[in-house]
Amino acid sequence: MVKGRIWRISGPLVVAEQMHGSMVYEVVYVGEERLIGEIIGMQGDRAFIQVYEDTSGLRVGEPVEGSGDLLSAELGPGILGRVFDGLQRPLSDMELIVGPFVERGVKLPSLPRDKKWVFRRNTDLRVGDRVRPGDVLGTVKETELVLHKIMVPPNVHGTLVELAGDGDYTVEDVIGYVDVGGGRKVELKLMHRWPVRKPRPYLSRLEPTEPLIIGQRVLDMMFPIARGGKAAVPGGFGSGKTVLLQTMTKWARTQINIYVGCGERGNEMADALHSFLRLKDPESGRPLAEKAVFIANTSNMPVAARETSVFLGVTIGEYFRDMGYDVLMVADSTSRWAEAMREISARLEEMPGEEGFPAYLGSRLAEFYERAGRVKCAGSPERTGSLTIVGAVSPPGADFSEPVTQNTLRYIGTLIALDVTLANRRHFPAISWLISYSLYVETVARWWEKRFPNWKAMRDEALEILQRENELMEIVRLVGPDALPDNDKLLLDAARMIREDFLQQNAFHPIDAYCPPEKTVGMMEVILTFYHEARKALEAGVPLEKIRALPVRAKIARMKEVEYDKFPSVKEELLREIHESINSLIGGAAA
Amino acid sequence: MSLSVKEVRKALSAKGSLLLVEAVPGIRYGEVVEVTLGTGETRLGQVIDVSKEVAVIQVFGGVSEVNTKAARVRFRGETLRIPVSLDMLGRIFDGLARPIDGGPPILPEDWADINGAPINPASREPPSEFIETGISAIDGLFSIVRGQKLPIFSGAGLPHNRIAAQIVRQARVRGKGEKFAVVFAAIGVTYEEAYFFMESLRRTGNIENIVAFINTAASPVIERIAIPRVALTTAEFLAWKYGMHVLVVMTDMTNYCEALRELSAAREEIPGRRGYPGYMYTDLATIYERAGRIRGKDGSVTQMPILTMPDDDITHPIPDLTGYITEGQIVLSRDLHRKGIYPPVDVLLSLSRLMKDGVGPGKTREDHYQVFMQLIAAYTEGQYLRELSAIVGTESLSERDRKYLAFADLFERRFINQGEYERRTIEQTLDIGWELLATLPEEELKLISVENIKKYHPKYRRGGKGE
Ligand SMILES: Nc1ncnc2c1ncn2[C@@H]1O[C@H](COP(=O)(O)OP(=O)(O)O)[C@@H](O)[C@H]1O
Ligand SMILES: [Mg+2]
Repeated sequence: MVKGRIWRISGPLVVAEQMHGSMVYEVVYVGEERLIGEIIGMQGDRAFIQVYEDTSGLRVGEPVEGSGDLLSAELGPGILGRVFDGLQRPLSDMELIVGPFVERGVKLPSLPRDKKWVFRRNTDLRVGDRVRPGDVLGTVKETELVLHKIMVPPNVHGTLVELAGDGDYTVEDVIGYVDVGGGRKVELKLMHRWPVRKPRPYLSRLEPTEPLIIGQRVLDMMFPIARGGKAAVPGGFGSGKTVLLQTMTKWARTQINIYVGCGERGNEMADALHSFLRLKDPESGRPLAEKAVFIANTSNMPVAARETSVFLGVTIGEYFRDMGYDVLMVADSTSRWAEAMREISARLEEMPGEEGFPAYLGSRLAEFYERAGRVKCAGSPERTGSLTIVGAVSPPGADFSEPVTQNTLRYIGTLIALDVTLANRRHFPAISWLISYSLYVETVARWWEKRFPNWKAMRDEALEILQRENELMEIVRLVGPDALPDNDKLLLDAARMIREDFLQQNAFHPIDAYCPPEKTVGMMEVILTFYHEARKALEAGVPLEKIRALPVRAKIARMKEVEYDKFPSVKEELLREIHESINSLIGGAAA
Repeated sequence: MSLSVKEVRKALSAKGSLLLVEAVPGIRYGEVVEVTLGTGETRLGQVIDVSKEVAVIQVFGGVSEVNTKAARVRFRGETLRIPVSLDMLGRIFDGLARPIDGGPPILPEDWADINGAPINPASREPPSEFIETGISAIDGLFSIVRGQKLPIFSGAGLPHNRIAAQIVRQARVRGKGEKFAVVFAAIGVTYEEAYFFMESLRRTGNIENIVAFINTAASPVIERIAIPRVALTTAEFLAWKYGMHVLVVMTDMTNYCEALRELSAAREEIPGRRGYPGYMYTDLATIYERAGRIRGKDGSVTQMPILTMPDDDITHPIPDLTGYITEGQIVLSRDLHRKGIYPPVDVLLSLSRLMKDGVGPGKTREDHYQVFMQLIAAYTEGQYLRELSAIVGTESLSERDRKYLAFADLFERRFINQGEYERRTIEQTLDIGWELLATLPEEELKLISVENIKKYHPKYRRGGKGE
């Protein structure tokens, strides 16, 4: 291995000399404490190293040793329900060793080494079979919620010469061999390693035609995200990015969720961990943590590791995608990662681009988002999996024209724009219906319409009402509400109902936190039915005040609190009451 | 230790607070140096960049007047540490933890690195213990919990110091008689401001529970970089070693950020937004993230930083980056202040992110969160109608709208407004809230559950005995 010496130390950047023979992106051990770093550039025999741990106390002249490896993730059983730092060190194990403060230089295996897992061998496989990457060798029931598939690692092709039978194994036990030709045999284990910066292979990409059901009405109905899609959530501080991302990882209908806290708050991370242990998956009743992986690199932890934390998250996401699962990965916040890039770039004295960000900001963001997708997985049995990526963006001063937001927009399919003004008014989720968009509406409409024939029509109408409200409010601000004709006033009422009784959804309400698709569509149907009927009444000469005084309106406002199983009957009841009360108003007007 | 001490006799150049010296083997990144000036005076400094050829030293106290030829630099071989001890309670120090109250030096129980170490996120206990400050706007709407970092965003001339002093005076966790302490850091404030604080702290009669660090407007600018860290190091010592509940008040963080900008300019770094360094978010985070609770430990560190927003602009990088890190913000409003409302809390811009975990049954009252949501929603509506009626007059407003207008006025005068020495219990605060909500039609209270309306709405309580 290459052995050099520290030449310069400047914050997270270390320059080492005598590093001839090293490669870019190679992992190196820096100093006597062997801090973990990664080479990000070479110049002659000098290596420019971003160090993923605090560099205080390092001395010029201390040794730097190459590892010959790329920065890699350990993938195998024992990954679920755990919290890792950006270098995949398990933070709860670290606590046992060094106490409640993060210390540097700690080396820990990512996956537990002593735990034995119950392996069930794939009975379709025989010794002598040709195997390809992704072929399922067997399974481990890692948690009640997740069957962990043990796959032939990418890059391993050959003949299966040995495979262990059912039994208990640790992640390091050899469970078989593949003869890869040339007299070389590759060991198979429950775990394997994969470089985090390199996308994992798959057979082919599929169109993202299925919506990812999130249980948030405004998203499912108005701005859907497809399974395998990409979404960005920009918003000023306090606009609700973190709550929304956490809500998604709690309720989205996926098999695996990955939550990456990148350069954000420690208390928030602790809160996420606790609530995932406490909250139950709505379908199985099991703790949500059983299908989740957490990566925490909080704002006070070393900045360079923000980058590894997002790539680690994506790599773990792809790994579960390869098993044929639907995976959601959220990163809060991608801006903090971009800022870390800016800091390192400045120390490298690279030519700064816009607002000091490096010129490669865009391509780095692309490398990240492009790893989302719905794919036909490699290997047999045939299966499809998806990785959906949602990234929070924290624009300075909530100004979306800044480089990180603008570059991100080039790669994503759903823009979930959070509006600080809405948040200040406590309209949550504070998703701007005027700025947000989804490029997946047309592709997922088919899925929805198979179940709810009017999904698209209702969506379009609701958005139109909101658009029209926006125009009318301009007039109201000039001349007051009285100047509007009654049908416009009614439209404003309808818009208000859509905003308050449909779009607003309290993430902490025991029932309303999650809204299943049937209820989402049903609520919209009730509100639009009220509006259509009310319009009829108005045309028939019923005074607006009488419509406004209908008691059914207060009941509509309380639909949110109705439990899922009771909702269908409540909905029928509401529709009946709407028709009846409007009809009697019309009857009264005619008489 | 003394073996590792190295000395350099020649400085290459000096600029502002930076000193460049020829490197000698073995200099540590971040280590402390003692710079002895030509005059014989010694100042502390820190290595902020080092290569085989040059070391860059940031000198506390500045080096502009240094005769670079005559300066001597001693490298101490360790990072900046301060002595910490329980005896610090009741004492006053400068920004580098040197006593300035005329008292004896501190006998250290320990030496602590002023940069601390990040709390392992997996070891944190989510903060959830409600602190009753006795101030309705805060307790009712933006509740503070132990271990939270909640700043006050203020403006020049607004009463942030009075509010902070009132909080320090009145704050308590109900039903608990635990050990608490206040750590106060004055950062580049005027002597009067620092004095005001010390006096009002003294008047609580708990001076022996207070540690003060003071860097006034006249003290060296560069020490402002160290003082929040020094204060927090002391707070952590009291919290994690002695299980104390420590409230850290730091004023004015704007001066800290200005010092950071100055330093960055001296280093000729590429400036970020409005001249502040690109790493200001991370730098501030290493300060604010030192609040919290740790599983299995008794104490807590709660932070209340105070900052003045330049031009009252909340999008200015200082409040903006702070808001991105802290767990909410109490924003003061010049408008309310002009109307004579104290404390002039801007209810729409303020937020406590940890409130939801600190309120509710068993903590405050079951209706608390819903009353909070409804009050804010109603006030928002009232504010909007105020603006509207300013243009179109009140005549075109409906009966309902007028009720909201009246509500907004009442809310400011009855709920937000209170005496500087008035302490309201959370029940009193919530009951005032209900009294105001009762002026609105009942069907407007959409954010409150039917059960809570039946239980707490004055209409239903009047006849019976209430709770
Ligand atoms: N869906 C929601 N329901 C209720 N409250 C919300 C919701 N979203 C956000 N909030 C409120 O807004 C605050 C800020 O949200 P957060 O997600 O932390 O903002 P950001 O991450 O954008 O700074 C939360 O603490 C909470 O009080
Ligand atoms: Mg956030």
